[in-house]
Amino acid sequence: MKRLLFALPLLLALIIGGFAIWGLSGGRDPSALPSVLISQPVPQLDLGPVEGVATPGFTTDDLVEMDGIKLLNVFASWCGPCRAEHPNLTRLGAEEGLTLIGVNYKDKPEAAAKWLDELGNPYAAIGSDFSGRAGIDLGISGVPETFIIDAEGVIRHRFAGPVVGDGLRRFMEALDEVRQ
Amino acid sequence: MIRAGILALGIAALSTAAFAVEPDEVLSDPVLEDRARAISANVRCVVCQNEPIDSSNAGVARDLRVLIRERLVAGDTDQEIYDFLVLRYGDFVLFKPPFKPSTYALWLSPFAILLIGGVAVAVSLSRRPRKPASKDTHLSAEEETDLAKLMKEDTSL
Repeated sequence: MKRLLFALPLLLALIIGGFAIWGLSGGRDPSALPSVLISQPVPQLDLGPVEGVATPGFTTDDLVEMDGIKLLNVFASWCGPCRAEHPNLTRLGAEEGLTLIGVNYKDKPEAAAKWLDELGNPYAAIGSDFSGRAGIDLGISGVPETFIIDAEGVIRHRFAGPVVGDGLRRFMEALDEVRQ
Repeated sequence: MIRAGILALGIAALSTAAFAVEPDEVLSDPVLEDRARAISANVRCVVCQNEPIDSSNAGVARDLRVLIRERLVAGDTDQEIYDFLVLRYGDFVLFKPPFKPSTYALWLSPFAILLIGGVAVAVSLSRRPRKPASKDTHLSAEEETDLAKLMKEDTSL
């Protein structure tokens, strides 16, 4: 019995070490927040079009009626990473047959229009969120963020940050999961 | 002189962390403003994560402060505002997590550990002899023989 007590420090070290290894490995991002919106219907949004852009705005009902998987992408012309991920999203929309919906977050309409002219406009609808309220309803912490919405209009995945490089790989994994 | 300089530096260092609440956000009703300040001190900024929105300069934090004030003016209770935020950002936005099945381990484990420690202390104390040794305590017959044996072995004494 006494002998067993001497093994206690070793056991404690193993437990703490185990947690340390678990915490440091596997590419976990400790600052990534779980979204409460996963497996929830898209919150009620009613966003008008961006002034000077021909693409219509949208409401949540419009979004639910659209066929197939949709990517709800929150972007802004002032956001550098949005520019970086834009070609990837455009390609995903065209090659994978996904509908792209944009939320133009806290952006000047003329700047957004110029940005879309320059980079191309792959969006089926773009809602203007000048006040940032739709962003709060979606629980975003910054731009860009992309939500994967399934055919039934349920949010299946929230992706914070640009869909580039390793992010693109993780995004594709999430997309494959939603498709199954 | 040096002391005054250090003091000034200290005050300057402290003041950088001070109020992120901007003048245009402040409500004219001091009671509502106090409630807004109290709520925003309890709400985590989702960008900076370890800072309350009350002292965060992030854009989303400012939006949330403004939103909390709007809802207060509209007549919401504090609880309604917390519920509104939790619905969108989850329990994580609250610095004090709620007491519910998924957080039982978080709230109760300190007491469980205290209980285990308490039991361990109680057991180890109860195993000790009740009375400390004194002039009146005598060795048992067995101990006396052991002692005699040891004394015989060690002749150097």
